[in-house]
This record gives sequence, structure tokens and C-alpha cells, in this order.
Amino acid sequence: MALETTSQAKTTSRVLGSERPKPSSSFSLRRRLTPYLFILPFGVLFLLFFIVPIIYAVYQSLFRSERNGLGLGAASVNFNGLGNYVDVFHDPNFYSGVGRVLLYGIVQVPVMLGLSLLFALLLDSTVVRFKAFFRLAFFVPYAIPGIIAALLWGYLYDPSLSPIVKGFSSLGLGSPDFLGPQTVLWAIANIATWTWTGYNMLIIFAALQAIPGEIYESARIDGCSGWRVALHIKIPLVAPALVLTGIFSIIGTLQLFNEPQVLSAISNNINSSFTPNFYAYYTAFGNNNYYYAAALSVVLALVTFVFSFGFLRVTQRQAGV
Amino acid sequence: MSQQTATVPVATTREAVTTRQRRPSPFSLEQVGAMTFLLVFVIYFLVPFFWLIVSSTKNAGDLFGTFGLWFSPNFNLWSNLQQLFTYNSGIYVRWLLNTLIYAGVGALLGTLLAAMAGYALAKYVFRGRDLIFSAVLGAILVPSTALALPLYLLMSKVGLTNTYWAVLLPSIVSPFGVYLSRIYAGASVPDELLEAARIDGAGEFRTFATVAMRLMVPALVTILLFQFVAIWNNYFLPLVMLSDQKLFPITVGLQTWNVTTGGANKFLYTLIIAGALVSSIPLLFGCIILQRFWRGGLGAGSVKG
Repeated sequence: MALETTSQAKTTSRVLGSERPKPSSSFSLRRRLTPYLFILPFGVLFLLFFIVPIIYAVYQSLFRSERNGLGLGAASVNFNGLGNYVDVFHDPNFYSGVGRVLLYGIVQVPVMLGLSLLFALLLDSTVVRFKAFFRLAFFVPYAIPGIIAALLWGYLYDPSLSPIVKGFSSLGLGSPDFLGPQTVLWAIANIATWTWTGYNMLIIFAALQAIPGEIYESARIDGCSGWRVALHIKIPLVAPALVLTGIFSIIGTLQLFNEPQVLSAISNNINSSFTPNFYAYYTAFGNNNYYYAAALSVVLALVTFVFSFGFLRVTQRQAGV
Repeated sequence: MSQQTATVPVATTREAVTTRQRRPSPFSLEQVGAMTFLLVFVIYFLVPFFWLIVSSTKNAGDLFGTFGLWFSPNFNLWSNLQQLFTYNSGIYVRWLLNTLIYAGVGALLGTLLAAMAGYALAKYVFRGRDLIFSAVLGAILVPSTALALPLYLLMSKVGLTNTYWAVLLPSIVSPFGVYLSRIYAGASVPDELLEAARIDGAGEFRTFATVAMRLMVPALVTILLFQFVAIWNNYFLPLVMLSDQKLFPITVGLQTWNVTTGGANKFLYTLIIAGALVSSIPLLFGCIILQRFWRGGLGAGSVKG
């Protein structure tokens, strides 16, 4: 997707300045400076709040805070080289967190995007009525902040409040434990699916709507069924939208924080290293070990980058996006 | 003029498609199956809201004592709301206003800056353009939570933690907004028009403000909404940056209530539920009203062609 748009932008935007005779040198200097002035306000903030923190995190991750043998007196901060990174790669807490979010992602992302695609295709087809209503109903959870969605579902899981648990037990089906050691991860997956399916559906739906109608014409004359049109024409054409939603979902999965934090108030099965991001947060603010937390953040960002970039490369090769 | 040139492909192609396709017979098996499937999911998506609405009318006793998906005989919505708005000398109202400030100011400024940067990237050729655009694209992939910790440390060095600025300033930066506005500017602002404005003697900034911005309105509304929702929903950044309750946005505020609900604080449940309901109303209305714009903007650059 990224490659496509850059090449597209290159062809659409021409060199405006160079085509006109330059009246004076001061004018042309001003003309040459103009794009930089346009970018400057964003650029300064981007530098301060994106680039500098990344550099600073890398820098911090090279140090460590040490106390003397007895643990008395003020801690001194010493250069530690890549020591923190060596520790991260030997840290079972980090691995268990990464493993957990990967397991989660392998299940949740395909389920969510599959549903999003199916909804988008159905709402783009002729078999469904009341499309505006469905679109709105599916999209509405996106208007709820993730943290409030997590609170809401937390109450729906909490045995003392949950109508679901009460409904099951009053039907004599036993009471399901949504917060148990094996189930709590999937309880979280459900919250994310509930929140983001409609949003992803809308992105795919918008891409479907932008397909020119003439493309369907020939398929219809050839007598293709609705499903075959969807499978062979629509899905390949919206592949870039699927890649986009896929990448955002991968990033969101590896950053998982809100839901486990909220549910940890009502479940004993979420420890401080439940997800890598959760672990970094507790390392920084629970243990005041900013240096190790910085290393964790850097590694997590790299892992995210590898996965999203790898996903982009694989899908580019597969679908020619 | 802007109607003609601004490309919102969605609206025009849609009509062409619907008029061309035949309506199937009213009760095909396929149709019944599809509708049933969608209705099941409507229940899934809407039941939590229904629970929220029902629960906000209950007092603490009924919340735990009665079935969650139906109203109890005592209707307590008004007293719950009154309690919500007055508890802890109206801290909830303060949170609501804070959220509005963070999201409103952040999204407005962020959109303006993204529009300017995206326009420059699309409409000028200059040294470093590809490098800047690559950096912006790369930044979209950087998890924002990975930035929050180093940002906190940097902010604390300059004494900005626990201030409005700590949340507001980082929220203004939207690489995704720059990406979107570059695509839009490239597609919907014709070079000829800019050239004409220049020949008429308009300066570069006036050309941008009066010609380009107007053509980019559909994109800008999309970016504005995206960013507004993103900041409104943001939890991690304010959680890390703020310790003063008075500066909290809704998300952090309600979660601090949530962790103190135990024991004698059971009444907080009704406040959290009422608070969650009230806080979701503005975005809900926003989404319903602006659904048109959402659809128009989202499709940009996501169709192969």
C-alpha cells in the first residue's frame, strides 16, 4: 500500500515552481522555502514528540541504576551497554507476555477481520435490507473509549453483576467463569473484537464502495453469482484496505494494555507481566526501573515493527498490493 | 466549484451501483440467512449498551440484586446522574471538560498542521521530501505506548508532567493525518487551480488557505474526527503523564473510580455506570451525525487501481 501511494503521488504532483520563469532570485528562494515552512509546525512537534523520545528511550536503555552491596544510600546510574537487552532476552516474564499476545493475535485478528470483511461484503451486496441501520449498529462500539468498553464488559463478566453468568446458572447450565486462568485472555479478545470489528468493517466497506460499478457489469453479463463476484473481484480489489486494517490490528495487539489493566481489578489471573506493554508499565512505575522499562519498550517497538513490516511484505508478495 | 473538483468517489459510484443492480425476490433463502446472521451480531454489539442503559437506572442494591438485562421497579436514573455530577465536588464535570479540551484543541490544531504538511508533501517538490514522508509512514507503525514512557521522562525533565501540556502537545502530532491529507491533496487539489491562484497574485499561504484547504474539506473532516476520537479514547498517555485528579480525562478518571470500588465504596459502581453512559453520548451523536463524512474520507488510498 505504502509503495503504491508514493508512486501514485509522484506522478500526480508535478513540479510547479520549475515550470514557470523565475522573476527574481529572492522570489525563487522564497518559493523554495515555502514547502519547508508548511511542514515546519508539524515537523517541530513530530521531532519533539516522536523522534526525540525514540532516541531518548534507546539512550536510557543503555544505563542501569545500581545500589551498593547493602542496598543503602542513593542509587548510582551506570552505563550498562547492551546489558539491559541481554536481560530482556533472558527474561521469562517478557517471553510469556509476548507469547500470550501472539497467541491472542493469531486467533483474534483473523476472527475480527474475517467478520469485518463478511459484514462489509454483506452490506455491499443486494441481499441485505436496512443497511444504514446495520452499519450504525456495528460501528457504535467504536464510539466507546476502549477503557470504558473494558469496564462495561468487566461488569458483564463479573459473577456478582453479570446477567450472562446469572442467566446461565438460572438455566441450570452452571456458571461460566470468564475470568479464569484459561479464559481471561479470550474475555479480553472478545472486548477488542466488540470494539474494533465495526471500525474495520467501515474501512473495508468504504473501499468496496469506491470500486467503479463498470467492473461488476462484465461479471454480471458472464453470469457470476454474488459470492463469486465477492471472492474473485471484490476481495482482491479491497486487499489494500485489508492490509491496512491488518497492520493496525497487529500494532494494537502487541500494545495490549487497557483491557488487561481494567480486568486485573476483578481477576486474579492477570499478573504484572500479562502483556509486554503491561510489563513495561509496571517495570517503570511499579518498580521505578525506568532503564529496564526503556529497553523493554524499545524491544517491543522493534518486535511490532518486524511483525507489521513482515506482514506488509508477505501480503505485498501474495496479493500484489 | 468545490463540489465539482473535490473527489469523494464514494457518493457518486455508490448510486451508479445501486441503480444498476437488480433487487432479488423478497424471500430468497440467501437473504433470510444473511439477515439472521446480521441480526445475531446486532444483538452482540448492542446488548452491552442496553445493559448500560438499564443499569444506569438502578441503585447499588438493585444493580447486584436484580437481573441485569431488565429494569428494576425503582427508577434511579435522575438521582444517579445527580450524584455523578456532584460527587467529590463535581469532579466528573471537570473530567468531561478536560476531555473536551484535550480532544477538541488537539484535533483542531493537529488537523491544521497535518493539512499543511500533507499539502506541502503532495504539491511541492523539494529536497528531503521522500525522507520526510518515509519518516511519517514509519511513525504510523510505531506503537504510541512505546513512546509514552520516554516522553514521560523527558517531560518530567522540563517540569511539564502533570500539566495540560503533557497530554495536549503529544496529541497534536498525527502522522496518520499527514499521510491521509497528502493522499487527498494529491488527488483532489488540481495543480492548474493553484497555478491560477498564483497568477492572480495570491501568496503561497493564501493559496493554501483559500483554495487548497477548501478542496480538502472532506479529508480534513475525516482527519479531525479520527484524531478527536483517538484523543477522546486515549488512556495510556494521560495515565502516564498525570497524577492530579483535576487534570484527568474521563477515561483515567473512571478507571481510578473502578479500582476503588471495593468494600465501603460500592456506591461507586452506580457512578461509574452513569459516568460511562454520559461519556459515550457525545461521540455517539457525533458518529451518527457525521457518518456521511466518515464514509467519504475513509476510502482514500485503500482501493487498488
